[in-house]
Amino acid sequence: MTSTEPVLQVEGLVKHFPIRSGIVFKRTVGQVKAVDGVDITLNRGETLGVVGESGCGKSTLAKLLVGLEKPTSGAIRVRGEDVTRLGRSGMRRLRRNVQMVFQDPYTSLNPRMTVGDIIGEPYRIHPDAVPKSGRRAAVRELIDMVGLNPDHISRYPHQFSGGQRQRIGIARALALKPEILICDEPVSALDVSIQGQVINLLEELQDELGLSYLFIAHDLSVVRHIADRVAVMYLGKVAESGEENQIYEHPMHPYTQALLSAVPVPDPTLRGQRDEIVLEGDVPSPANPPSGCRFRTRCFKARAEWAKTATDEQRKNTPLAEQAPDVCKQQIPVLEIREGGAHPSACHYAQERDVVHAH
Amino acid sequence: MSSDINERVVEGIDEERERPQRAAGLWRDAIRDLRKRPTVIISLLIILVVLAIGFFPSLFTDVDPKACDISRNKAPAEPGHPFGFSHEGCDYFAQTVYGAGPSVQLSLMVVTGTLIVGGLFGILAGFYGGWVDVLFSRAVDVFNSIPFLLGAILLLTMFRDIQMPFVGARLQAIIPAVITLIIFGWTSTMRLVRASVIEARNLDYVHAARSLGASNARLMFRHILPNAVAPVVSLIPLSIAGMISVEATLSFLGLGVRKPEITWGLMIDDATKWFVNGYPMLLIIPSAFLIATVLAFVLLGDAIRDALDPKLR
Amino acid sequence: MTVELDRQGSHNGYVEGLPGYRDDAPLLEVEDLQVEFHTRDGVARAVNGVDFSLRAGETLAVVGESGSGKSVTAQAIMGILEEPPARVAGGEIRFRGVDLLKLSAERRRRIRANHVAMVFQDALSALNPVWTVGFQLGELFRKHRGMSRKDARRRAVELLDMVRIPAAAQRVDEYPHQFSGGMRQRVMIAMALALDPEVLIADEPTTALDVTVQAQIMRLLSDIQAERHMGLILITHDLGVVADVADDITVMYAGRAVEQANVRDTFASPAHPYTKALLRSIPRLDVKGQRLEVIAGLPPVLTDIPPGCAFAPRCGYAQDVCRTERPPLSTVTAGRSAACHFASEVMTDDVN
Ligand SMILES: Nc1ncnc2c1ncn2[C@@H]1O[C@H](COP(=O)(O)OP(=O)(O)OP(=O)(O)O)[C@@H](O)[C@H]1O
Ligand SMILES: Nc1ncnc2c1ncn2[C@@H]1O[C@H](COP(=O)(O)OP(=O)(O)OP(=O)(O)O)[C@@H](O)[C@H]1O
Ligand code: SF4
Ligand code: SF4
Ligand SMILES: [Mg+2]
Ligand SMILES: [Mg+2]
Repeated sequence: MTSTEPVLQVEGLVKHFPIRSGIVFKRTVGQVKAVDGVDITLNRGETLGVVGESGCGKSTLAKLLVGLEKPTSGAIRVRGEDVTRLGRSGMRRLRRNVQMVFQDPYTSLNPRMTVGDIIGEPYRIHPDAVPKSGRRAAVRELIDMVGLNPDHISRYPHQFSGGQRQRIGIARALALKPEILICDEPVSALDVSIQGQVINLLEELQDELGLSYLFIAHDLSVVRHIADRVAVMYLGKVAESGEENQIYEHPMHPYTQALLSAVPVPDPTLRGQRDEIVLEGDVPSPANPPSGCRFRTRCFKARAEWAKTATDEQRKNTPLAEQAPDVCKQQIPVLEIREGGAHPSACHYAQERDVVHAH
Repeated sequence: MSSDINERVVEGIDEERERPQRAAGLWRDAIRDLRKRPTVIISLLIILVVLAIGFFPSLFTDVDPKACDISRNKAPAEPGHPFGFSHEGCDYFAQTVYGAGPSVQLSLMVVTGTLIVGGLFGILAGFYGGWVDVLFSRAVDVFNSIPFLLGAILLLTMFRDIQMPFVGARLQAIIPAVITLIIFGWTSTMRLVRASVIEARNLDYVHAARSLGASNARLMFRHILPNAVAPVVSLIPLSIAGMISVEATLSFLGLGVRKPEITWGLMIDDATKWFVNGYPMLLIIPSAFLIATVLAFVLLGDAIRDALDPKLR
Repeated sequence: MTVELDRQGSHNGYVEGLPGYRDDAPLLEVEDLQVEFHTRDGVARAVNGVDFSLRAGETLAVVGESGSGKSVTAQAIMGILEEPPARVAGGEIRFRGVDLLKLSAERRRRIRANHVAMVFQDALSALNPVWTVGFQLGELFRKHRGMSRKDARRRAVELLDMVRIPAAAQRVDEYPHQFSGGMRQRVMIAMALALDPEVLIADEPTTALDVTVQAQIMRLLSDIQAERHMGLILITHDLGVVADVADDITVMYAGRAVEQANVRDTFASPAHPYTKALLRSIPRLDVKGQRLEVIAGLPPVLTDIPPGCAFAPRCGYAQDVCRTERPPLSTVTAGRSAACHFASEVMTDDVN
């Protein structure tokens, strides 16, 4: 069902959180650059996987897309209309079309509301969506759709297992018949077999309703399974994006390669034999990202390129984080198709390296 | 979309026996639950009786509590005078009945007032944060830095000369105390509510409702408040008890309700000097009423808190 | 990676003065542990006879379906179950020979402060939203090490640094909700390591972390483990991590340990049908599969565990005997045990 008809386009999206200090009168002393210039496109009926380091801005991106945070700058177009310029009523309209599934099935459902109230809440907030008389039936239908028993409408969340709760969260997100579902790590808190159930359900719903998903996860195997295209984020920027196959089989960006190589393989006989790329150095602060390429303080590729020309003296005296060629330190690499690759990556020295099959 | 897993999951649940369908909702379920508990029924009965005594004392005794005969001071019980006589020779049963009024009315009014004021400020401060929070929190600090008694004395002497229109004499006697106690009492409720609201404000389910487009009022009253209710509800009975004793202190200082009005606080205060001198009943009787009242509120508060938590149901 | 931990005042040998202490006893032994919850629907037997032992320097992985009692077991070891509704109905938990279940609340608190620490599963609710991260970390040092406010804050920054929180000195004064999910989880790890424990129970410590940070954290834990000879109980559903770091594995189902063995053996030839199904449902990185395999059906309701094998309704190997007789956890081959009537057949059957 995948088409190239874009339903969601994000251009130059930026979100900076002020860092404040002081108790009564707060001064802004800096900015956490949580999302710093992100461009992505989501097509109708497609799943875009978003992966990346913890703290790189994935959840912030998701919150911006559903309107939980206001962007500092940039545009979010839903079906061509820039929602960042919308007023209150326009926002309400947007919210019906873009919904979110939260990470934690234990905290994302109000413990004091019944399942029926939780799934029916969207209708109370948007009374025009379904007439009052039809709401109960609509709720039951949703419960049925996500594979729960409609007779459980009067139960409370704690009476369900994690996977069942996640289904409740999905049913709530589907109530207003959105076209776009933002899933922020929807299966991270679930065990493997329940993870499978939820992912299978999401795939079925997509086939049936033509939904588009933005699927955030840090489990790269899960993302590979569900995504058509993948965007890899690092420190608030997209490092590489492409078709699922391109990213997993032909990764171009050193960070993607490190990420893929670090995925633990469920096979103890391979312990210690995997060709894991170990990232050295500290994760830089998003309040004060490195100049040029943001990955340069930890980049093995940059270090190798630098070492080619460095003198012995330099090798001894340059701190690890500074061992990078000048181009990496000075020029921000743009996300574009690079030589030797078929998909965009943001690296001056982009080069394919197979890491998934290397072991 | 009939996936076999889904079907199997549904079957798995079906195996548990299903109760018949019924309407559900937090408050409806809570009330249903409360009705089933014997402690709730008992404590409600006690509270109703105390309220009835407090507001309509003449239904319970024909004896005038102020008709005292000093010659019968501290005389033991006799027919028609089941509790004996006070140290001023007044009928102790009638005094106990009439003494309930000011104590009960005052504490109820104060607690309701502090809940409304403190609760509202707490929600606003916790929910909006920023300068709203700073404003209310500093106000709390200011009020807390004034010594209670000093402030109370100041305020109450100020009130002394003000005549309130449309208010009966009995209420006239307690309203200044009520206002004073609310002014000094809302801060603790406000802090408690604010803390719970801050805790709940960033929970995922609040974000979830917000992302659906819920209004601020809906977020506050539907999602955040029910989760802030528990600590507050459990505070109510204790503050009622506290207010009754504060009322006694104020009366003792000549600031609250004054003799010849009768309150449990005044009675207990008077009786303490006779306790070790051979007349323990004078203290025990009003204290027993006080304790029973407070206990009833404690039990009810506990039950309400539990009933509002579906996990405990 | 340099690991610098607070040595001073730790290992004051608190446990050594307690009844049952033996120098040569295993670090931690759990024997036939049973925990039940008294709910309005009846008694839920959340932990139903769990045994394992942990040696110093060893990593024991505990895996199992959601609700199988992993966290409850951990909480029972820590002595932080809410009683009631919970009740430890039987069994022993011996730390260096000392049965923790027989100790007073105060003694258990001191064991927690000095010897056994835990990383909680739910990082968001384990941190208090109204205090800064630094204050909560520093409190540990103030309370248990009597440090001054300033020193405690300095130690807090060091710990945040150790778990790779960028710009730790700047972020130490922020509140938990200003941290991302993964950062909160790392704060929890820092808190658990703060007082230099001998046993660390890590309940899903890396669920919110991306693989590179996960790898760093796991490396950090194993460095500390090697240096300090710390025993690690790793509760996780990430079988990749288990394969990577664990020595032994305990698989739990419906409150029981159903399989125990060396990690290599278990992955090579699982001896219990549940373990087998679990291993089959792992999504793979190197292939784009079709539907993911799932284990059909639901685990039993804990208030009403059927007689016989609890896995029988979902088990492909089940026979009549499974529905009437409860299989004991017994040795299959040297060093491995499983609670299945047909363990040896399951084991020799081809996995993939
Ligand atoms: N309300 C906030 N105030 C200040 N900083 C924030 C706020 N929310 C997020 N941040 C910061 O923004 C950055 C990105 O956070 P975000 O939650 O988007 O990360 P993430 O990619 O979802 O990480 P994870 O995988 O750990 O969930 C982090 O450094 C975080 O601390
Ligand atoms: N306070 C409680 N009251 C009643 N039952 C409880 C309580 N706490 C836990 N349980 C039950 O005990 C069982 C075991 O729970 P536990 O948290 O140990 O599961 P787990 O194996 O850690 O699962 P997960 O992988 O989801 O974390 C569950 O069925 C749960 O419902
Ligand atoms: S641009 Fe330079 S530093 Fe950045 S990823 Fe490429 S090689 Fe590494
Ligand atoms: S005992 Fe029977 S039902 Fe249980 S796991 Fe073994 S084969 Fe399956
Ligand atoms: Mg996140
Ligand atoms: Mg758990």
